[in-house]
Amino acid sequence: MSSIGTGYDLSASTFSPDGRVFQVEYAMKAVENSSTAIGIRCKDGVVFGVEKLVLSKLYEEGSNKRIFNIDRHVGMAVAGLLADARSLSEVAREEASNFRSNYGHDIPLKHLADRVAMYVHAYTLYSAVRPFGCSFILGSYDDDDGPQLYMVDPSGISYMKEMTCRELVKEVAKIIYIVHDEVKDKTFELELSWVGEVTKGRHELVPKDIKEEAEKYAKESLEEEDDSDEDNM
Amino acid sequence: MAAVSLVRCERGFARDAAPDWMRQELRTGTTIMAVEFDGGVVIGADSRTTTGAYIANRVTDKLTPIHERIFCCRSGSAADTQAISDAVTYQLGFHSIELDEPPLVQTAANLFREMCYRYREELMAGIIVAGWDKRRGGQVYTVPVGGMLTRQPVSVGGSGSSYIYGYVDSNYRAHMSKEECLQFTAQGGHGVCVRACVRMCACACVCVCVRALKCVLLCPALSLAMERDGSSGGVVRLAVISEHGVERRVVAGNQLPSFSAI
Repeated sequence: MSSIGTGYDLSASTFSPDGRVFQVEYAMKAVENSSTAIGIRCKDGVVFGVEKLVLSKLYEEGSNKRIFNIDRHVGMAVAGLLADARSLSEVAREEASNFRSNYGHDIPLKHLADRVAMYVHAYTLYSAVRPFGCSFILGSYDDDDGPQLYMVDPSGISYMKEMTCRELVKEVAKIIYIVHDEVKDKTFELELSWVGEVTKGRHELVPKDIKEEAEKYAKESLEEEDDSDEDNM
Repeated sequence: MAAVSLVRCERGFARDAAPDWMRQELRTGTTIMAVEFDGGVVIGADSRTTTGAYIANRVTDKLTPIHERIFCCRSGSAADTQAISDAVTYQLGFHSIELDEPPLVQTAANLFREMCYRYREELMAGIIVAGWDKRRGGQVYTVPVGGMLTRQPVSVGGSGSSYIYGYVDSNYRAHMSKEECLQFTAQGGHGVCVRACVRMCACACVCVCVRALKCVLLCPALSLAMERDGSSGGVVRLAVISEHGVERRVVAGNQLPSFSAI
């Protein structure tokens, strides 16, 4: 259970007697309470999937994107406060752009992740600002280093499987559908993107036809599982 | 005598009372050259630095290390190119530590270009950046006066380069081996092998190659340029950069091939 901060949780510049910075932990709660974002690395690329909760029927499809493009070859999926995430995506874009203009080539993903993490960390040091309430997954693919996936902040799910990007897209959709809790949350929209050999190293949203195929597969798998549950009973 | 102004003057102006050579800027008159081969690059330069007609240094080293496996060949103003090289060496070293891996030759070339283009009005520097990295192997990038950047399989530069464009165009072939490149640049059969510094020479077979090198492309090219260009001369300095490290050689003036019948 979470312990009560009582006085040590008022600013990020205060440690508690047991060595914790409560403001940072509370920021992570914002991530935990948000809907799921997944990034999976496969042997020829990376696929992102986000469960985007639809807050109102008035929202157009495709609004409030939670997957961002950072330079041509890097994608970023976020969980947590969307406004914080948007501002961090601008930071990441600036880092990537400055790198390219200074050094003449694409920013290596590890370097980008380090730089953005340093920026996020800076906001956990002062009482005048609050920490960012989001965590995100960065992924990219290039011919020399292959697919790479980095997370900034431990919340968010990341693991690797051995399959191709096309097959993986269906699996990611399936995971999101499984993870989505029908009772607790309302309708949701699935956002999918990928970067890999299939897109020649560019991060793009998954094309509509493949996305629909993936969603169909995901829904069918869910029904199968439901059926098998009934049989067992 | 009036204090000599150190402001750069155009050649030909005869306003001051100071002698001509004191008004000239220190320049690496120069012939420089770099060639890509399968597995690395070979670079070469002459060794003459002039202030007007006076040879200030007849044994200059114009092949400057920027990183372990990245060199630059300098031509133009000696001061400008040294200052730029120092700045780029620092920036590249910092960048390499940040990334925790050896830098790309393209990155080094870009850093040179940024500086040469940004300060193009103040600088007079023609630089060839050459080296080896794991991603793209041996590469040669040329950054002439003005700050352009382009990759070329073979590049010549400096005042002496004008005289050897024809030679290079007719004798260069793509995909040459290391031996052929050296032959292209330096000397035929009589090159004295002086391993002034062999860094990171992990492979024993490299030492054998150095002795066996026959030098067909670079030496004749540089010798021809040095023969005709008054601002180029002295010895020929060569360096071979590859995955195995850097081997440096010097070919003394009396060992260079001679092409004039007289």
